[in-house]
Amino acid sequence: MNRWLPFEWITAVRFLREGRLQTIFIIGGISIGVAVIVFMSAMLAGLQANFVKRVLTSQPQIQLLAPDQVARPLRNAKGEIEDPIVQRPSQRVISIDQWPKIRSQMQAMPEVVTVSPTILGSVLVVRGDASRSVTLSGVEPDSYFRIVKVPDYIVAGEARLTSEDIIIGIELAKDLGATVGDKLNVRAASGATRVLTISGLVDLGNKGVNQRASYAALRTAQSLLGMIGGVTTIDMTVTDIYAAEDIAQRIQAANAVEADSWIKTNAQFFTAVKAQQTTNTLIRLFVGLSVAFGIAAVLIVSVIQRSKDIGILRAMGTSRGQILRVFLVQGGLLGFIGSLFGAAMGAFALVYWHAVARQADGTELFPLILERSLFLYTALLATITGLLAAMAPAVRAAKLDPVVAIRG
Amino acid sequence: MASEILRLEKVCKAYNVGLPAETEVLHGIDLELDHGEFLALMGPSGSGKSTLLNIVGLLDRPTSGRLVIKGQDTAAMGDGEITHLRGHTIGFVFQYHLLISAFTARENVMMPMLVDRGFPSAEIEARANRLLAQVGLEKFAGNLANNMSGGQQQRVAVARALAMNPDLVLADEPTGNLDSKSADAVFELMRQVNRDSGTSFLLVTHNMELARRCDRIIEVVDGRIQA
Repeated sequence: MNRWLPFEWITAVRFLREGRLQTIFIIGGISIGVAVIVFMSAMLAGLQANFVKRVLTSQPQIQLLAPDQVARPLRNAKGEIEDPIVQRPSQRVISIDQWPKIRSQMQAMPEVVTVSPTILGSVLVVRGDASRSVTLSGVEPDSYFRIVKVPDYIVAGEARLTSEDIIIGIELAKDLGATVGDKLNVRAASGATRVLTISGLVDLGNKGVNQRASYAALRTAQSLLGMIGGVTTIDMTVTDIYAAEDIAQRIQAANAVEADSWIKTNAQFFTAVKAQQTTNTLIRLFVGLSVAFGIAAVLIVSVIQRSKDIGILRAMGTSRGQILRVFLVQGGLLGFIGSLFGAAMGAFALVYWHAVARQADGTELFPLILERSLFLYTALLATITGLLAAMAPAVRAAKLDPVVAIRG
Repeated sequence: MASEILRLEKVCKAYNVGLPAETEVLHGIDLELDHGEFLALMGPSGSGKSTLLNIVGLLDRPTSGRLVIKGQDTAAMGDGEITHLRGHTIGFVFQYHLLISAFTARENVMMPMLVDRGFPSAEIEARANRLLAQVGLEKFAGNLANNMSGGQQQRVAVARALAMNPDLVLADEPTGNLDSKSADAVFELMRQVNRDSGTSFLLVTHNMELARRCDRIIEVVDGRIQA
């Protein structure tokens, strides 16, 4: 007998060992349940992390824009009743009013990490006979590249943006028959023209975006778009990405700007994530319940099988509390041991699935995230489930009348 | 009485109390047992011997009457006190299902001490070994209960009953399942313990020959003590 273990643990372990086949089968059942939970949770976390990474490295977490321009009817005469039909005015590309001040305010906010002024506008890029209408983003590379990881998406050339450079999407380059080092004629709607040199090609992971994306230095874009000193958006990143919507609402309430968070602009993505989370929670719940019922069923059978042992133990002075603990420990041990095997099975399945499941382009479907906390949490949950499941059988064992128990 | 270990006064036991099927199986039992006494309890099947033994062993409670063990009236005791008194005062030897099969002979003998102290110790193990030597089974100490003969198991059960150095051992037909040679050996063992340590024994038996070798015989018939 192990001198470090108390009576309840010694007895519980011996009872489990003696009912070997029963114990092996229930541990097998628990392990499969835990493996499903570990596999599903880790894969979902990986998929989510992948989505979030893709979304957040290719767009700002919060974007400040000039407020919508609205037409207002004139009301002059006293007592005059008007019933105007107000037509929505066309939205001119205008600069955010007093943007340097707003930028300073944003930089002063503790929850804001990076702030970058940007100018967005439509231009025509021409190379020889080919021309395409594109969106030109005029950016300050130092700050903007910390928000949108353009350098990470560079597939040719470099992420360099001097006043003479332009970075374009890979599909746009194909359409224009251009490559790094080639010159492009960039024309704004106002007629302003600049010749810029392609410094890099980017692949932002979406064909449509790759056909329209182009980046130039802020001042170059400002002069092209006829908005010297102006910016159309202020892009930002924040410390807590999931607090972006709250922060955006606070900024909008306090400033004359419209603030859009990535949560708002990617509502569909969030709906999908939520649906996945709900499904995962339901699966976990039902797997947990089936594990709990399995443990309870095995222990109830064990109480019936061991009723004479329980009677003898009671006769030799074992208290009801001690008997209760013997069966609770069995439940907890089953849950814990099952969780260890289950976590190992889940991790193995994850590694295998990660190696096998690939996206169309050959990249990984999801990053392999095997966090220690997931295993600890699952082991704890399985142990608690085991303890709770053992409660009813343990109470039944503790309440056994020793006379009836010994008689069998 | 100073030497009295057990006293029953007008003990009655009824089942299904208050129901139409109420059945009284013990009717006003009066019984005393002295320290060091070896008492045989006889009677036909269904006479109430086992019920009486369960009440004396604090496994069951009388419907009325008094049960005094070592001078303590057990009527007002709670479950915890009863369990403690049972564990420290009474040892049991049963006819069937003698040992806990998940444990070895030594561990079975250690069990009452383990229940009492919570953790195993060298002292507990040494006492279990001494008791096994006393019943002549030191060589079988590491055997699982199921790997021993009925007689050996019963001797281990006697050793276990003595583990807490009890004042009283209750034996419910301990030889009923054994051949005559083993039965004789187990009885002699108990008699020897009784003589050496002064432990009182209350032995339920159908075997008149063994009963005659006890200090006193009482017979229970239809829930009443006859002699």
